[in-house]
Amino acid sequence: MAKTILEFEKPIIELEERLTQMKRISNDLDIESEILLIEDKVKQLKESVYKSLTRWQRVQLARHPERPYTLDYIYLMTENFIELHGDRYFKDDKAIVGGFAKIDEYKVMIIGHQKGRDTKSNVYRNFGMPNPEGYRKALRLMKLAEKFNKPIITMLDTPGAFPGLEAEERGQAEAIARNLLEMSRLKVPIIVVVIGEGASGGALGIGVGDRILMLENCWYSVISPESCSSILWRSWDYKEQAAEALRLTAPDLVEQKIVDRIVPEPFGGAHKNHEEAALFLKKVIKEELAQLIKIKPDKLVDNRLEKFGKMGEWIE
Amino acid sequence: MAWFKRAKENISSDSQKKELPDGLWEKCPSCGEIIHKKQLEINHWCCLKCNHHFRIGSDEYIKILLDDDSFKEINKKMRSANPLNFVDTKKYNDRIEDTIKKTNLFDAIKTGTGKINNREVAFGCMDFKFIGGSMGSVVGEKIARLIDRAIKNKIPLILISASGGARMMEGALSLMQMAKTSSRLAKLADEKIPYISILTDPTTGGTTASYAMLGDINIAEPKALIGFAGPRVIKQTIGRDLPVGFQKSEFLLEHGFVDTVIARKDMKNTISTFLDLVS
Ligand SMILES: [Zn+2]
Repeated sequence: MAKTILEFEKPIIELEERLTQMKRISNDLDIESEILLIEDKVKQLKESVYKSLTRWQRVQLARHPERPYTLDYIYLMTENFIELHGDRYFKDDKAIVGGFAKIDEYKVMIIGHQKGRDTKSNVYRNFGMPNPEGYRKALRLMKLAEKFNKPIITMLDTPGAFPGLEAEERGQAEAIARNLLEMSRLKVPIIVVVIGEGASGGALGIGVGDRILMLENCWYSVISPESCSSILWRSWDYKEQAAEALRLTAPDLVEQKIVDRIVPEPFGGAHKNHEEAALFLKKVIKEELAQLIKIKPDKLVDNRLEKFGKMGEWIE
Repeated sequence: MAWFKRAKENISSDSQKKELPDGLWEKCPSCGEIIHKKQLEINHWCCLKCNHHFRIGSDEYIKILLDDDSFKEINKKMRSANPLNFVDTKKYNDRIEDTIKKTNLFDAIKTGTGKINNREVAFGCMDFKFIGGSMGSVVGEKIARLIDRAIKNKIPLILISASGGARMMEGALSLMQMAKTSSRLAKLADEKIPYISILTDPTTGGTTASYAMLGDINIAEPKALIGFAGPRVIKQTIGRDLPVGFQKSEFLLEHGFVDTVIARKDMKNTISTFLDLVS
């Protein structure tokens, strides 16, 4: 597959290519000092680009087509994964995957949105946009986890719940609403991780939990910057401004007291190194699990209710 | 998130109204009948000719559904803190200020206690005219506290929705109000207290995908638009026209997502009867 390079990644990659070239010919020429100079330059450039990413650039990273998806994390972080299919009412939604697995010593239920990597797999996965049966499958699996007293990990990465005719007929709104209500009272720990795009109700539909984690280069908001631009500015051209206004990055959500913890990504983004990204995430999940499994089920549910009860700001 | 364009459509119907003499007359947006406001009010703001249910606000619903002078508002002055300091083509602060002045409301929901045929209830009603009835932190918090009141006083909960969904100008905090209200409803359900959700025109987006769909019974007014995605977005997605009656109350009844469609004039007695049957 052709590599996707984002606009702001270009100067770095060009410089890196020059460096590789120089190293290749360095045996014949005495350019050791020049190489060191370029290496230093690459480092500086990377620092300056990645330390000052705009919100829109983060949105682009969150959507990077080489970014690890739910199944990538599952394969890299877990053992003995058995995928479970179907909502038992209508069909198996390919935009949400899930099943039991082991993360080292922890047996867990792991559920997430699933995007495709090329046209064919994206059509198969409906671009990670679930229909009602996706949310109902997720709820069935979560109830299974509760039955067998296993913690739940959900991974959020969707451009939104699918806005289709059949989705409405089968009750997209009801399916999401039901999950919000039921997830709030499941008597097992739930860790929610935003791993890519957290687009509105389609993301939140599997996003109620005890700990809300977010990878460094993700977005999570009530609407995508593009749709926000088209509604409030009445044009598609203000997506950068909309991204700024919505304050939708991980640090923003920590400030808004929605996200508990930011999970670091490999330098330059999770797409640069899937193994390392999974390693970082696995470490954080294990730390959180170790804390959460100590809490009694009733207390866990009370804390969860209180956590979401506190969200928001108002004046009285 | 269809509220914005819809609000614009409303402007045209407003200007039509203004052409009518002395503001005492309303034109039915459905059949065009010109009706005197007094007559409309007596008829629960429904067209005398075609029974079109006019969009009305919390004050009107309080008069229609609650016993006279029984409504006691709580958290009346709670208002948005503008947590993101949001600016689009207009500052959110200014939008809020202007809307408060224009509507005489502080946000898109009124909550309190009242009586329905002498039975005490916790009552909340949204106002579509307040930024498209959008749900931000204030709407979420007021609903959460209303549910707490229902639990504390052991009285049934009634919520009337009219909303374009979650409010964009409070970003993810608006989104989280869906989880906040739904999780509080779980607690209400655990206490076995009845919750009636009444869906009116329009109820879409995050409002439908949270408390509006979670009633022990969901009641819709006739021909109300109810859905998750807005019709325009769906039309764009599927690339063809939508069937007649798509996302209307009767469509939801047919597909099993509302229990019944009730005309406004019969709403109070239906609620009262239901509450009696489950008490
Ligand atoms: Zn009429």
